[in-house]
Amino acid sequence: MDNKEKIARRAARFLKDGELVNLGIGIPTLVGNFVDENTEVLLQSENGFIGLGPAPEPGKEEKDVVNAGGHPVTMVTGGSCFDSNMSFALIRGGHVSTTMLGAFEVDQEGSIANWMIPGKKVPGMGGAMDLLVGAKTVIITMEHTTKNGEPRILKKCTLPLTAKNVVDYVVTELCVIHFTDEGLVLEEVAEGVTVEEVIAKTEAELIIPEEVKVMM
Amino acid sequence: MKSKVVTIETALEQIKDGMTIMLPGFQDVGGPAKFEMEMLEKGVKDLTLISCDAGTPSRPAGVAKLIINNRVKKLITAHIGLNPVAGELMNAGELEVELVPMGTFAERIRCGGAGLGGFLTPTGVGTVVAEGKQTIELNGREYLLEEPLHADVAILKAWKADKAGNLVYNRCARNYNPAMAMAADLVIVQAENIVEVGELDPDAIMTPGVLVDMIVHMEE
Repeated sequence: MDNKEKIARRAARFLKDGELVNLGIGIPTLVGNFVDENTEVLLQSENGFIGLGPAPEPGKEEKDVVNAGGHPVTMVTGGSCFDSNMSFALIRGGHVSTTMLGAFEVDQEGSIANWMIPGKKVPGMGGAMDLLVGAKTVIITMEHTTKNGEPRILKKCTLPLTAKNVVDYVVTELCVIHFTDEGLVLEEVAEGVTVEEVIAKTEAELIIPEEVKVMM
Repeated sequence: MKSKVVTIETALEQIKDGMTIMLPGFQDVGGPAKFEMEMLEKGVKDLTLISCDAGTPSRPAGVAKLIINNRVKKLITAHIGLNPVAGELMNAGELEVELVPMGTFAERIRCGGAGLGGFLTPTGVGTVVAEGKQTIELNGREYLLEEPLHADVAILKAWKADKAGNLVYNRCARNYNPAMAMAADLVIVQAENIVEVGELDPDAIMTPGVLVDMIVHMEE
């Protein structure tokens, strides 16, 4: 299992039966593969429906049934379609209980940067700003450091923000961090990873509880 | 009821250089791709487009084609990442791009058609989206004041239209169509199927026909 799958497997355990969830692209999309079979979650797709299902069998694609990335998907039985105003009212209005998104950086104020790198990449924010502000629980799934080993969990984000003070949990291949009113609590570390290693690879200040669980 | 069905030529006469045009669609689903290609063919230019994304050059839809053929001077949108040419034109100063969070984009169009002067949203507070906008604190929470969007023309894509303009959309193709139907001076529909008035169940109609000015039958 690679890092991305490890992160997705742990993130899936946050999901509760009966929740309405929106999963972003990248690692969050993989989360769907790890949801416990006794946990029934409904996935919202911001292009206008509830009940996002897996990709169709070849030849069974419907041109008007796609995910927010434009790729063919299926709708589960009991799904429902709506317009964009309804879709984003669901998101902003707190009806989507959990969103999972990737990030370039997060910081100890709970702020996140995931939509642009000035001078390099300016794709637009899409629905990310609305999801981060509206979902009750925001879970960020990302690799702990950059390709060069630099921390991505910072004291303060350096890239333009997507939203301020919104993050609840960060799940990386090394650990689970809970963003609380007291600060960032290191709740779990992956097997074979030490608390010291996580501290060394994190710029933000971490609160280390007496017991740090093993991340499953 | 009088039929609103017209030829593509009649509908195209309404599209002029310099207009502000709303085009629905989300990743090319639910947009009037055939009509957009006719606009390209006609040669209209200097357009301001209000469109959720900039399309994908490799797909056969028209938003991307209008952009890469330099017909667009300004684009109001939430995402241009799948159309690299849009980014290049933006960086070269040849295309003005106003990036709007997607939920705010949808709601600004709704306001434009619903007689509202604007709305307060928590989306974008503390980000570059807030620059140049009023921030208002209300009941302990910060909001941005966002203003309505309105257009000269909206070109919709319906799965089914009756001749009076009552519309039904299919699956994810509904997206921005109902809101844009309210927010433009002139509303043209690219309809996949046209039926007689009375054939659609009134409870199933998603956009009332009074909002529609012209219907063009174009199958995809």
